[in-house]
Amino acid sequence: MTATQTRGTSPPATRQEAAGRRGLGGVELFMLVLVVAVLARPWLAGLTGSARAQAWLTVFVAIVIQASPFVVLGSLLSAVIAVLVPASFFARALPRRPVLAVPVAGAAGVVLPGCECGSVPVAGALMARGVAPGAALAFLLASPAINPVVLVATSVAFPGRPGMVLARLAASLLAAVVMGWLWLRLGRAEWLRPRPRPELAGLSRWPALLAACRHDITQAGGFLVIGAAAAATLNVAMPPGWLHAVAAHPALSVLALAVLAVVLSICSEADAFVAASLTQFSLTARLAFLVVGPMVDAKLFTMQAGAFGRRFAVRFAPATFAVAVAVSIVVGWVAW
Amino acid sequence: MAGRQELQAVVLLLAGGTLVKLAATGASMRYVRAGMRPVVLTAGLVLLAVAALSLAHAVRARRTANAALAGELGGGDQVGEHGDRHDHGHRFEVAWLLVVPMLVLLLLAPQPLGSYSAARAGTALGAARSTDFVPLPAGDPIRVSLLDYAARAVFDPRALAGRHVVLSGFVLPGPHGAWYLTRMVITCCAADAQPIKVGLSGTVPAGLRSNDWIEVTGGYTSRTATDEVNAETIPFIEVNTSRPIAAPSEQYVS
Repeated sequence: MTATQTRGTSPPATRQEAAGRRGLGGVELFMLVLVVAVLARPWLAGLTGSARAQAWLTVFVAIVIQASPFVVLGSLLSAVIAVLVPASFFARALPRRPVLAVPVAGAAGVVLPGCECGSVPVAGALMARGVAPGAALAFLLASPAINPVVLVATSVAFPGRPGMVLARLAASLLAAVVMGWLWLRLGRAEWLRPRPRPELAGLSRWPALLAACRHDITQAGGFLVIGAAAAATLNVAMPPGWLHAVAAHPALSVLALAVLAVVLSICSEADAFVAASLTQFSLTARLAFLVVGPMVDAKLFTMQAGAFGRRFAVRFAPATFAVAVAVSIVVGWVAW
Repeated sequence: MAGRQELQAVVLLLAGGTLVKLAATGASMRYVRAGMRPVVLTAGLVLLAVAALSLAHAVRARRTANAALAGELGGGDQVGEHGDRHDHGHRFEVAWLLVVPMLVLLLLAPQPLGSYSAARAGTALGAARSTDFVPLPAGDPIRVSLLDYAARAVFDPRALAGRHVVLSGFVLPGPHGAWYLTRMVITCCAADAQPIKVGLSGTVPAGLRSNDWIEVTGGYTSRTATDEVNAETIPFIEVNTSRPIAAPSEQYVS
């Protein structure tokens, strides 16, 4: 049952029109989809019986399950920022000049213990709360890479190499701040999709919190699904052995691992272990893997496109990729 | 409350229910680390709570609107306007996408990664290179993880001399008719899964099929092979006895 139907008893003309265009209500359609899916199950199972299809499905749902707690956490936090934290708090907490606000916001990423899926809705909420976009973007890029959970995971994955933790912290923060400044200089407001929150209009505090939460989880989650499908496709389509072929080449190896980070879309809490196992690659190449992964990857791209608009994502992701690779090379050159 | 919001609520109901089911039955271990179970459960419960509260709110809002409509025709306008504003443009509702993985999980329940993925990736022994090995426990034979055996066989073989070990894993056909005993190692989820491979020599059971789970008892051998994918060393085990086993509920090593 939908509101449309209930209102159908005596709807004003505009509403009748809207109802006609919508046809079936969302919830009825949902029920229909469930019934059809259950009936089509044997056919779907036959269709996905091959080892390749099974591997695709497993990686696809694994990314969704792995990311969902972080999407929930990030959305709860973003709802709290949107509803409970007054805009004046951020005006006071951050330096007034955007040039200074960028590094402060980037360093503040330390406090969000999660991976990249959680930071997207939070960065969106920060922008909606009047934080300068450059500063919010620095936070978006820095927090999944420099929070304590990720740094501890990195030190566990690289025992006896504290340099890797420091290099990751320095390179990630530097790349995030550079991107924030680049946005201040070159970014245009019209690339960002404005985020009005119509679902919050006219609601009192708790219903607004609930509505913001529901809205953010379904939005971030929906785009996560597209990204997970893309990552699973790349994961299954990647020819085995291509990595090994480029490992010996110093420049290509850095680029190869940076591309691998985009392709695999591994959670930033896990990527250090994968990097540690790529022993045939130089430390600089593995650093690039750790710096690029939390900032640009297949699922993150779709989530950013969903939160900030496609025009933003197609510019921001390649620029971030280039900056992250360049910063990794410089930091790697200094460190090793 | 507009249909869009109710749809989001029922999608979250499905997602939350699926996550709770996965965590409760342990099926989550097919896709993510075993330690994630309580986290997945919590996320599922939060989703269920958000969905339930949203639906309760929707029902209450509709009841108020109906009451207002019954009393005075224009009374429901406030709610209606609120909903219509949100529905403007009839944009595709992204929440629909969340239905896909949930139905895949509930209806198709994809299997944990096995020999198909293991064959496409190189053995991931490199990360164990700097491990400090603790002395093997007493007893004969001793049950050790495949990862532990492989790491010791390559980096610390002396400790294995004269010992018998019990290993389990699924089998993967290698080059020249060889069989590899294999486990997938994950640190977060199946997307970061990497295989650990140990070659079988000696009394290799006959009639093996790719992905069969077996348990072998045997001892260290200096024989090795080179992984064709990443050129890492694959150690071997000299098998004395072996038996087929059922796949464990937690197939990954984490």
